[in-house]
Amino acid sequence: MKEILYKSVVQLRQLLRDLLPPLLAICGFFLLCGVVLYCSGRNPLEFYTTIYMSGFSSFDEFGGVLFYATPLIFTGLAVAIGFKGGLLNIGCEGQLNVAAFAAALVGIHLRLPLVLLVPFCIVAAMIAGGTWGTIPGILKAKFGAHEVINTIMMNFIAAILTNFLVTSIYQEPGQMNLQTSPIQETARLPRLAGVLTFLPDDNLLNTSFLLACVCVIIAYIFLKWTRWGYELRLVGKAPEVAEYGGINPRVVIVWGMSLSGAISGLAGVADVMGYNYRYVDSFSSGWGFTGIAVALLGKNHPFGVFAAALLFGLLDKVALDIEFMLEIPRGLFLIGQGLLIVALVCLEGMSKKVKV
Amino acid sequence: MILQFFSSTLRMTTPLGFAALGGIYSERSGIINIALEGMMLIGAYGYVVGASATESAWIGLCVGIGFGIFIAILFAVATITFHGEHIVTGIAFNLITFGVTKYIIPSQERIPGLPEIGLPILGSFSILVYLLPLLMITSHIMLFKTPWGLRLRAAGESMEALKTLSLSRAKWQYLGLILSGILASIGGCFLISDNHYFTERIIGGRGYVALAAVIFGNWKPFSAVAASLLFGFSIVIGLANQWGIPIQLIESLPYVLTMVVLAGLVGKSRPPAALGRMET
Repeated sequence: MKEILYKSVVQLRQLLRDLLPPLLAICGFFLLCGVVLYCSGRNPLEFYTTIYMSGFSSFDEFGGVLFYATPLIFTGLAVAIGFKGGLLNIGCEGQLNVAAFAAALVGIHLRLPLVLLVPFCIVAAMIAGGTWGTIPGILKAKFGAHEVINTIMMNFIAAILTNFLVTSIYQEPGQMNLQTSPIQETARLPRLAGVLTFLPDDNLLNTSFLLACVCVIIAYIFLKWTRWGYELRLVGKAPEVAEYGGINPRVVIVWGMSLSGAISGLAGVADVMGYNYRYVDSFSSGWGFTGIAVALLGKNHPFGVFAAALLFGLLDKVALDIEFMLEIPRGLFLIGQGLLIVALVCLEGMSKKVKV
Repeated sequence: MILQFFSSTLRMTTPLGFAALGGIYSERSGIINIALEGMMLIGAYGYVVGASATESAWIGLCVGIGFGIFIAILFAVATITFHGEHIVTGIAFNLITFGVTKYIIPSQERIPGLPEIGLPILGSFSILVYLLPLLMITSHIMLFKTPWGLRLRAAGESMEALKTLSLSRAKWQYLGLILSGILASIGGCFLISDNHYFTERIIGGRGYVALAAVIFGNWKPFSAVAASLLFGFSIVIGLANQWGIPIQLIESLPYVLTMVVLAGLVGKSRPPAALGRMET
C-alpha cells in the first residue's frame, strides 16, 4: 500500500515537472501579449475578455476552436512521431499540400458511394503525404542527407507542383481563384452540427475532428504498446543500441518518415473534405510549421499534442476575432507564437545541459 | 534583350548571394541558420523604416543592417547561450520577424534606392551589385587564408581543436552569426532598394533558396555565389518563359538540384563536421 502511494507520488511529481515548463511558457505568452498591448497604449483587459468571448462563451465558439485545432492535431502528431524517431519533419506543409490535392482528385473523379469514397479519399491523401515524407526518409537512410534540408526543399517542390497542376490542368472553369472544381457530395465529411443539436447549423466543426481524436488514441497505443512504436523510440533515443538489438535504424527512419508524412496528409483531408470541399491553392496557413510548435509544447506526447493543438486552435480563432473586433494586427500572435517556441526550445536546451 | 537578361539575372542573384555568404559564416561556425529568411526580411523592414523616416537610402541601409544584427544576436543568445535547437529556433525567428512586419506595418510609399553606378554597354547597377563579388573574394580569403578564418571554421569542424587552444567556441559562433545577420540583411535591403516598395512577401522564400545555394556550393563562398547565380538565372528564365516550358519546372530547379547534390548523386556536398552540435 505504502509502495503504491509512494509510486504515485513520484509519478505525480514527474508529471508536474513535465507540465510546468509548457504551462509557464503559455502564461508567459499571454502576459507578454498583454504587456505589448499595454505598451502600445491599449487596454489589455479588453484583449483577455475577447479571448474568452471568442473561445469559450458558447458551444458555437468552442466548436470553432475545435475546428481550427483539427489540422494542427494532425500536423502536431506528425511532427511528434518524427521527433520520437529522432527525425525533424519540417515538411508537413508540403506533405499536407500534396495529400490535399490527392484527396481532391479522388473526390472529384471517382464515382463511388459515400461509405467507400470517403475512405478512398483519405487513403489517397495518406499515400500522397506518405510518399512525400518517404523521399527525404530514403535520402537520409541511404545517403545520410539531412532530412531537414530535404523536407524544406520538398515543401517548395510540393507548392510548385500543386500550383502547376491547378493552374494548367485542374483549374475550375470561370474562376479567378486558383482552385479545382468541388469534390462530389459523397466525398464530403459531414458536419457534426447535424448530430450535436447544441451546435448551430453553420458551425464548421466536422467529422475530421473525430478522425483526429482517433488518431491521437491510435498514436498513443502505437508508441506505447506496439513493437514498432518501441523500435521508433529506440532509434530516436539511441540508434547504436537499436542496432545491437537487431533493429535496422535505416528501415525505421524510412517508415518513420512515411508515417509522419501520412499523418500530416490528414491535415489536408481536414481542409479538402471538411471545409473547402475543393483544393484551393496555398490553402494552409502554415499548419505544418505550427505543428512543430504544437509538438514541442505537447512534449511529443499524443495527449500533450492534443492539448497543445487546442491552444493553438484557440489562438488561430482568436487572432481572426481580435483583428476584426479590436483591430489588433494578427502579427502580434505570430510574434508571440515565435517567442513561445523559442522559450520552449531554450528551456529544453538548458535542461539537457544541466543533465550533462 | 540579352542585356536585359543579364541585368535581371544580376538583380536576382545579388540578394541570394549576400544571404548565401551570410549562411556560410554561420554554418561554418557550426550554427544551422534557417533564420536567413527572417534576417533578410528584417533587413528589408529596417531599410524601409530608416529610409522612409529620413528619405536617405544610406540611413535605410544602416538601420536594415542594425536590425539584422539585432535579430542575429537574439538568435545567437537562444541557440548558443541557451542551447536551443537550431532548426526549430530558426523557424521561430522566421515567424517572429514575419509577425513584426505584420504588427507594425511599414510605410507603403515609394522608398528611395541606393545609388547606381553605370557601366559602359551593360547599363547601371546598384552599388550593392558591385559589393557582392568584393565580399565574395574577401570572404574566401578571410575564411581560408587567415588564422581568423581557421578558428571560425574550427568552431564548426572540431570543437576539441578550439579547446586545446583554449578558445571559446561560443565567441566564434556569436561572431559567425552576427556576420550572417549583417550579410543577410544587406540582401534584404537590396530587394527594397531594387523594388522600392515593401510587401510582406518581398523575400518570398529567398532565404531558403540561399540556404540551398550554401549547400549546393559546398559551404564555400565562390561556389555558393556561383550557385546563387545559377538559381538567379533559373528564376529569370522562368519569368521570361518563351519556350513553352512550364514555369514551375524551372522554379523547382534550385530545390531539386539541392536535394540531388545533398544526396551525393552528383558530386558530394559535405557539411562542417560539428554543424548543429550543441556542446561548447
